[in-house]
Amino acid sequence: MDPSPQSAPPTGDDPAAAADPELPRLTVTQVEQMKVEARVGDIYRALFGAAPNTKSIMLELWRDQHIEYLTRGLRHLGPAFHVLDANRPWLCYWMVHPLALLDEALDDDLENDIIDFLARCQDKDGGYSGGPGQLPHLATTYAAVNTLVTIGSERALSSINRDNLYKFMFRMKDVSGAFRMHDGGEIDVRASYTAISVASLVNILDVELAKGVGDFIASCQTYEGGIAGEPYAEAHGGYTFCGLAALILLNEAEKVDLPSLIGWVAFRQGVECGFQGRTNKLVDGCYSFWQGAAIALTQKLITIVDKQLKSSYSCKRPSGEDACSTSSYGCTAKKFSSAVDYAKFGFDFIQQSNQIGPLFHNIALQQYILLCSQVLEGGLRDKPGKNRDHYHSCYCLSGLSVSQYSAMTDADSCPLPQHVLGPYSNLLEPIHPLYNVVLDKYHTAYEFFSKE
Amino acid sequence: MEHAKSGPSSWPELADVVPVPHDDGPSPVVPIAYRDDFREVMDYFRALYVTGERSPRALRLTAEAIELNPGNYTVWHFRRLILEALDFDLLEEMKFVGKIAECNPKNYQIWHHKRWLAEKLGPDIANKEHEFTMKILAIDAKNYHAWSHRQWVLQALGGWETELEYCNQLLKEDVFNNSAWNQRYFVITRSPLLGGLTVVRDSEVDYTIEAILANPQNESPWRYLKGLYKGENNLLVDDERISGVCFKVLKNDWTCVFALSLLLDLLCTGLQLSDELKSTLEPIRSSHPETADADPATVVCCILQKCDPLRVNYWSWFKATLSQIS
Repeated sequence: MDPSPQSAPPTGDDPAAAADPELPRLTVTQVEQMKVEARVGDIYRALFGAAPNTKSIMLELWRDQHIEYLTRGLRHLGPAFHVLDANRPWLCYWMVHPLALLDEALDDDLENDIIDFLARCQDKDGGYSGGPGQLPHLATTYAAVNTLVTIGSERALSSINRDNLYKFMFRMKDVSGAFRMHDGGEIDVRASYTAISVASLVNILDVELAKGVGDFIASCQTYEGGIAGEPYAEAHGGYTFCGLAALILLNEAEKVDLPSLIGWVAFRQGVECGFQGRTNKLVDGCYSFWQGAAIALTQKLITIVDKQLKSSYSCKRPSGEDACSTSSYGCTAKKFSSAVDYAKFGFDFIQQSNQIGPLFHNIALQQYILLCSQVLEGGLRDKPGKNRDHYHSCYCLSGLSVSQYSAMTDADSCPLPQHVLGPYSNLLEPIHPLYNVVLDKYHTAYEFFSKE
Repeated sequence: MEHAKSGPSSWPELADVVPVPHDDGPSPVVPIAYRDDFREVMDYFRALYVTGERSPRALRLTAEAIELNPGNYTVWHFRRLILEALDFDLLEEMKFVGKIAECNPKNYQIWHHKRWLAEKLGPDIANKEHEFTMKILAIDAKNYHAWSHRQWVLQALGGWETELEYCNQLLKEDVFNNSAWNQRYFVITRSPLLGGLTVVRDSEVDYTIEAILANPQNESPWRYLKGLYKGENNLLVDDERISGVCFKVLKNDWTCVFALSLLLDLLCTGLQLSDELKSTLEPIRSSHPETADADPATVVCCILQKCDPLRVNYWSWFKATLSQIS
């Protein structure tokens, strides 16, 4: 039962604390949290004490620097990147998507080279792998397809072999209804999301792919309210976004206890103003998207939320059991297998207006991203003290976009200046929050694939 | 190109193999400036992978490739095929992957490989796997993969006997460790040895309340406490200890957001305030004159809007929803 002798002793063994029994012993969680709060606090104090000119500069989104960092990566990555040799479509997406958010066009040669590269990653039997010659994988498929949709040209979209993609996804489907990441790979909520998101986006989602997924995701909601990677694991921001987005794309959002989910996500925003991934863990810029988008999605689900709240507070059956009756579309799907236009759920969702304003503090989130995640030399990071990387650049900026648009009723109406922290030029392009691609690009793809 | 001295090009067993070079096409994007040793290993790996060779030399090559990039799921997949074809000693393999896991504790492929091996090795491997995850958790008590693996081993291979005690120990070391609280919930609801949630609920409530009172700012036990009554709102309201802990904490600090939030849940679910409890709310109510005629739940919402400013949007929405529902 004793911890390994190599581990650091818990702070309880600290002789100083033992000497004074009045001093409360601080745990690892408390110590780490205090360190981060101190660093972030210093930054915010500098902001509040600054002259107005300095304040404006501090709150500026350093567009040019980010564009330079992202564009450079598309043509060159150092040897240390060999650890991402099986994730190269992700590298594409982590650069191409934020560039699109910054409304920076790629030149034609670069676009065509990306299309060609991703075509080399496309497996002859369907799906995209982490690099040429590797096994197809749902996550890299998601990254590749999202990249191609972001490029958005006819050439990009038609390069996707949809028939084979469907067959690949079908092979990845497990008897439980969930999906495996790759042949013989792990099953978790990420796999469900990446499969459903791609299938919906390229319009190949049908009842066969959809069945059982919603129930699996629902089984991953924990007692805390958030969603875990697998049943009984800990509620986690990444999986919460994946689970909720997939459910919405399946029109099965009522399968989870939404008030409980909202309550959990709302409490993941801490004094640092950014989001943490799990209860009592540290803030991280990437959760600006995972958690921010998750709670933003619920602004369009308020009818279901109200229904569930009513039934749970009226001491009747616990919420979440009304799965079938609250979504007539969900039930009809079982009877008329070929009649469900799944892709339309994604379309209808974004056409729908927000029923309420943001349930998180959208300005505070922007403050964290602009002041704590931005790196002067370009790129964004987890938190002060960490290095920048493309993944965080992608998700911090995605989160920034979500918060800027969260107070608007319609997905693409222009945010008012009071919704955008810093100069209005900080405003990014809006996204479709279920797929995390720029909204205009989504519409182009939707039209393209609904013709197919 | 200079080859590393001990790289595959110098292995006699691979003398007949023609390495397959990496091909990104004429105009690469996201190109990685591979070091020579990396390039060489992957060129040889590709050669054997393409032919589907399942041999000891292929196995050795996958080990090289894995050490250079443990994230290459294709290499791991191929390695599994070879292990099966060779009917390899899986205990040896567990040792191999264990070493890699220690240096890469947050890598999906490694943990998936361990799960695959453990499934084949069966219940006999359970203790070793628990020892292993315990070692990883001693370094990082919140490692998500380690916890997932530990839960999977418990459910598939057993070892429940000491798990609650393990949770106790971790919570003693760090009562803020939400992963440990989550594991505790897993144990009390899923362990075949404890009788299920309803049996242990009573003692768990006491345990949790003690944790709350020691650190009212610790969110984990508050959520755990609610979790103990998941789906049973009536019982939550009827258990006087629950409202009791709310008021005990609020007497000391009426701005404690977690206490106010739980109290709000109780009020929405029909908690009737005794006169004593109403009087606790009085000083708070009087410093918020706008709540003069409001019901207790609305009063609590107003307090939360003020003392939990980060969540002002959430509490405002909640307050508005409450008035619609009731």
